[in-house]
Amino acid sequence: MESYLLALGILDSGVRLAVPLLCACLAGLYSEKAGVVDIGLEGKLLGAAFASATTALATGSALIGLLAGIAASLVLALVHGFACITQRGNQIVTGVAINVLVGGLTALLGHAWYNQGGRTPSLEGAARLNEIQLPFVDSVASVPVLGPFYAEVVSGHALPVYLAFLAVPVTWFLLYRTRWGLRIRAVGENPAAVDTAGISVTRLRFSAVLACGLLCGIGGAYMSVAQAASFLPHMTAGKGFIALAALIFAKWRPVAALWACLLFGLLDAAAIRLQGVVLPGIGEVPVQAIQALPYVLTVILLAGFVGRAIPPKASGVPYVKER
Amino acid sequence: MSAKPVSLPRWADVILLPALNVGLAFLASGLVVLAIGESPLEATALLLRGALGHAEGIGFTLYYTTNFIFTGLAVAVAFHAGLFNIGGEGQAMLGGIGAAIAALLLGSLPAIIALPAAILAAALFGAGWAAIPGWLQAKRGSHVVITTIMFNFIASALLVYLLVDVFRPTGMMEPSSRVFADGGKLPFLHEIAASLGFKLAKSPLNLSFVLALASAVAVWLLIYRSRLGYAIRTVGANPTAARYAGISPERITILAMAISGALAGMMAVNEILGVQHRLLLAFTAGYGFVGIAVALMGRGNPVGIVFAALLFGVLYQGGTELAFDKPSISRDMIVVIQGLVILFAGALEFMLKPWIAKLLTRKEPA
Repeated sequence: MESYLLALGILDSGVRLAVPLLCACLAGLYSEKAGVVDIGLEGKLLGAAFASATTALATGSALIGLLAGIAASLVLALVHGFACITQRGNQIVTGVAINVLVGGLTALLGHAWYNQGGRTPSLEGAARLNEIQLPFVDSVASVPVLGPFYAEVVSGHALPVYLAFLAVPVTWFLLYRTRWGLRIRAVGENPAAVDTAGISVTRLRFSAVLACGLLCGIGGAYMSVAQAASFLPHMTAGKGFIALAALIFAKWRPVAALWACLLFGLLDAAAIRLQGVVLPGIGEVPVQAIQALPYVLTVILLAGFVGRAIPPKASGVPYVKER
Repeated sequence: MSAKPVSLPRWADVILLPALNVGLAFLASGLVVLAIGESPLEATALLLRGALGHAEGIGFTLYYTTNFIFTGLAVAVAFHAGLFNIGGEGQAMLGGIGAAIAALLLGSLPAIIALPAAILAAALFGAGWAAIPGWLQAKRGSHVVITTIMFNFIASALLVYLLVDVFRPTGMMEPSSRVFADGGKLPFLHEIAASLGFKLAKSPLNLSFVLALASAVAVWLLIYRSRLGYAIRTVGANPTAARYAGISPERITILAMAISGALAGMMAVNEILGVQHRLLLAFTAGYGFVGIAVALMGRGNPVGIVFAALLFGVLYQGGTELAFDKPSISRDMIVVIQGLVILFAGALEFMLKPWIAKLLTRKEPA
């Protein structure tokens, strides 16, 4: 029973750590399905985390903070769209620019506004998104096995957690069961065909990039307004890139993205707990090895040594009508 | 309806357009300074004085410049082959590991043997770390951008592991290696000057600055005057045409990545062999990413890169002093400028092109 509770604890923190990954991963999914590679996920998460924390501090409302985070991320998505779609700039360079710019800007402004080395004062009370207790937690708590699971892992998370998990079926439905989704997938595979059918490639790609901004906004806001209860410079710490890895790992599919993000979240949670623990038969595993695992797995998968990850055909290529 | 492709006269394309783009980036940076309630003009003056106003400042400026020449050249060589190497950071870390291993093992030997070996090790480790993504792209089709990003994180985990569990002398708290013996230390330029009988201000500027300039010349010769460089540029311009010309794009991809990684790895020569004299965490400090801005600003040309690196050297040193004089403008301001340069000189490279074309054609008599 004790080890079951311990496992539940790891599972619970794994779910929490997976949420920003899941948001950014699904965000990247929309963008890349439409043919716009986005390595600026990290910057969007960070920008949203900063905007939501500062707004929540100023207004005292976590919900307004969440909305401000989404707004900031949408603005960054528009910058990305303007550079890559309208100006046909290099998508990778644009992503790098957004990451570097946001990394500098948030630390600079945080330092200038709060004078605490870039971090914001901690969010308290209504300025923080609080954990939601799902109904019946108390009445099912006595049910063996499932009761503690429901109480520990399923219940007791902040709003963005449920939004992120809800986004998985919604994304699946939008991409695979709606006309918009069909067009998004088409524009990522063969934009010329979409154009010939009389549908605007530009408008479709912008809609996908904005969907990406929306999801990154939720993920970033969760990190500062719920998880950490403050903003710290560079607090995303590569989560946007792990999300990118998860996206490749999931081979650009929404449900697989959920499993990939949960796996990487769990690895992260386990890395923290396994510090200095000697595993039977293996010995002491260096924490760094577990931390590097998502990246190593992604490289191996991408190289086609185990399975094959093939990106949407037109992703990364700006669309030029005259070609 | 999209705009017609426009062409500009060569001088406008090579000089005017990049200058305007960088100008826009600085203009936007000025607005950021205004937004936090400081005067951009005063900040610029303080920054320039901090970077160039005194002998010690100039030494620090050139020390930063050294890093940026290496990482800028690294990005540029890959650019010429049509590859985007974002892995400069990880390659520099590996370069540091290589340099440290050589310097720890051979440091007690005379510097004339130990130093070339350590420099070579830095370049080789960096080259190896970049050649794997190159090989994966050439032979297995995995995109070099993604792989180099992943390799940055793997390198960082490897560096932490090595420093915490392998290199750290017992009983030391800080994760770092022991200090190298004298044979593994590159001389500071102020030491060389003193031994020649004249005085230079004390600064971290060391012999690797000369190595960086020599590398810039070597890269220029390689890209514009050698058979390999021609092959690299051909593959970058059109891999299919290159194949018809008897060039193997696969081979060139791996080679270009290896050269790029070697240059990035040599950044560690400056930091590890030149200044720190031991391996430590986070010595790359994002300089690998500055290389992207430097290469874009210098348009991939080694001459342009040296000047762009100097500009960023001024920004880094001046920014440090500025943060001291004006506490509200932290050193992160430099990162903001860097991001804006990548945005305007890279991503939005051709934004102004139609307008300039219109302006120029209007002036000419029809």
